[in-house]
Amino acid sequence: MKEIRFHGRGGQGAVTAAELLAVSVGYSGKFSQAFPFFGVERRGAPVMSFCRIDEKPIRIHQQVYEPDVIVVLDSTLDPNMMGKGLKADGIAVINTKLPAAQTGISASKIYTVDATGIALRNLGRPIINTAMLGALGKATGLVGLEDIIKAVRERFPQMLADKNARAVEECYNEVKS
Amino acid sequence: MKKTIEGSEAMAETVQNCNPDVVACFPITPSTHIAEDLDHIYSNGGIRDFIPVESELSAISALIGASATGGRSFSTTSSQGLALMHEALFNAAGMRLSPVMVVANRALSAPLNIWNDHQDSVSERDSGWLQLFCETNQEACDAIPQAFKIAESIAIPVMVCVDGFYLTHAVEQVDVPDKELIAKYLPKFSPKVKLDSQNPITMGAYAFPSDYQDFRKDLFDDLNNSKADIMRAHDEWAKLTGRKYGNGLFEGYRLEDAEFVFLGMGSVMGNAKEAVDRMRAKGEKVGALKLRSFRPFPGEELAKAIAGKKVAVFEKAISLGGDAPIYTELTTAALEFHPNVVISSFIGGLGGKDVTVEVVVQVLQKIKGQEPLKEWV
Repeated sequence: MKEIRFHGRGGQGAVTAAELLAVSVGYSGKFSQAFPFFGVERRGAPVMSFCRIDEKPIRIHQQVYEPDVIVVLDSTLDPNMMGKGLKADGIAVINTKLPAAQTGISASKIYTVDATGIALRNLGRPIINTAMLGALGKATGLVGLEDIIKAVRERFPQMLADKNARAVEECYNEVKS
Repeated sequence: MKKTIEGSEAMAETVQNCNPDVVACFPITPSTHIAEDLDHIYSNGGIRDFIPVESELSAISALIGASATGGRSFSTTSSQGLALMHEALFNAAGMRLSPVMVVANRALSAPLNIWNDHQDSVSERDSGWLQLFCETNQEACDAIPQAFKIAESIAIPVMVCVDGFYLTHAVEQVDVPDKELIAKYLPKFSPKVKLDSQNPITMGAYAFPSDYQDFRKDLFDDLNNSKADIMRAHDEWAKLTGRKYGNGLFEGYRLEDAEFVFLGMGSVMGNAKEAVDRMRAKGEKVGALKLRSFRPFPGEELAKAIAGKKVAVFEKAISLGGDAPIYTELTTAALEFHPNVVISSFIGGLGGKDVTVEVVVQVLQKIKGQEPLKEWV
């Protein structure tokens, strides 16, 4: 089983990102489970969400404490909190313009992408949750680009889906380690 | 067909496919998504009537009215919302009506807390409603048609209890039962008596001291006897779908030769099964017992299933000033039917405190001594 933890702020769509990941993984016949942890329900507050992926049905229902992957939607959050419990061979996928070494997050492999810039170009707003799924897919191979885009198209009306799909694809292509 | 779907949405679709006449809801976290989805389905013509009521007391009152006129009725709520329904819950049961409600289980105030435990529905255990607790969203979707069938055939209302957030907000693979399947299973609701302007009757009438107790004893006996109806509804569904959950009252997991058993309700039982497998891999004789029917409480059957074992009863609810509810009833049943068990009480998971696989392992390790324990974890 692979466990992914998303870190963002209220309003950035960390919950939707985990849900879309679960849906994308579901297309391939694998099993998945997304689940949010709401703290105070307001914009700007730190939010976590989780996604599990497995070859067999997932029967546990609990938070993710030792993730295989963390996805950072907002790099201004506390790096120690975000990195907590990350496995020794864990991967971090971070939305930032900074080089990996300057993010403050320690992980065996760090991938970075300027998802905010990509979202601003494509959506006109800094909504990076869908875009970051493209980066996650490329960095980890846990989910294919086509399945992410399929889930995005199922979720959003066509105009918005087209823009999001472009952002996903650009993040997929631009993410670097 | 299996799809990746939020638990709340899967449950709402299942309710729609049960073809209800009246759905009445007031939103409260974490049941809100179920109510929102049902309202959305109604807006698209998928449900006959959706009443966006002004409070939970109105919601249950609308269900009572709808059910009394022979309508299939449904609501969903959580926590304070269920508490606000309290007095009318007794009316729904006492009048022998058949509404079904999904309770998205959540802690009660104070302190204010939106997360999961079982205090809300467990606190309504004496209201006369059946309570079926679910481990997964699949189990919840399978329980809803069964709940309508049971409620409408024996004229006792049913709560389907699901863990708030852990299930309601989890997106996972669920085979949502479709209309055709449910039509094969669930007959048209035709109560023996109903309110009808052409043929007027009185329901919920005054009962003098000479009669009141007899009404209460009837309901008491019928609730105890409903175990057979729950098992039958479960078996018929299992035949149609291939999905079964123990005997419908409870489900044992690697239980038969287990010496140490974790007994609990709801989504934590998935974690318990994982804990049991990990400990079995090390040669430890452990098992799990998932209680599905909290009301009626299958005391005699449970006592038989745990005879000769050491049992940790894990509960996400308390009774202030007394012992934990399931522990108390299981201990009484064991004394009566199979006294050769050692039963310990563990309270945990209150207000969303995460009960991980590791916590279950710790609980199972703790009960290896001779003396029964009472602990909070």
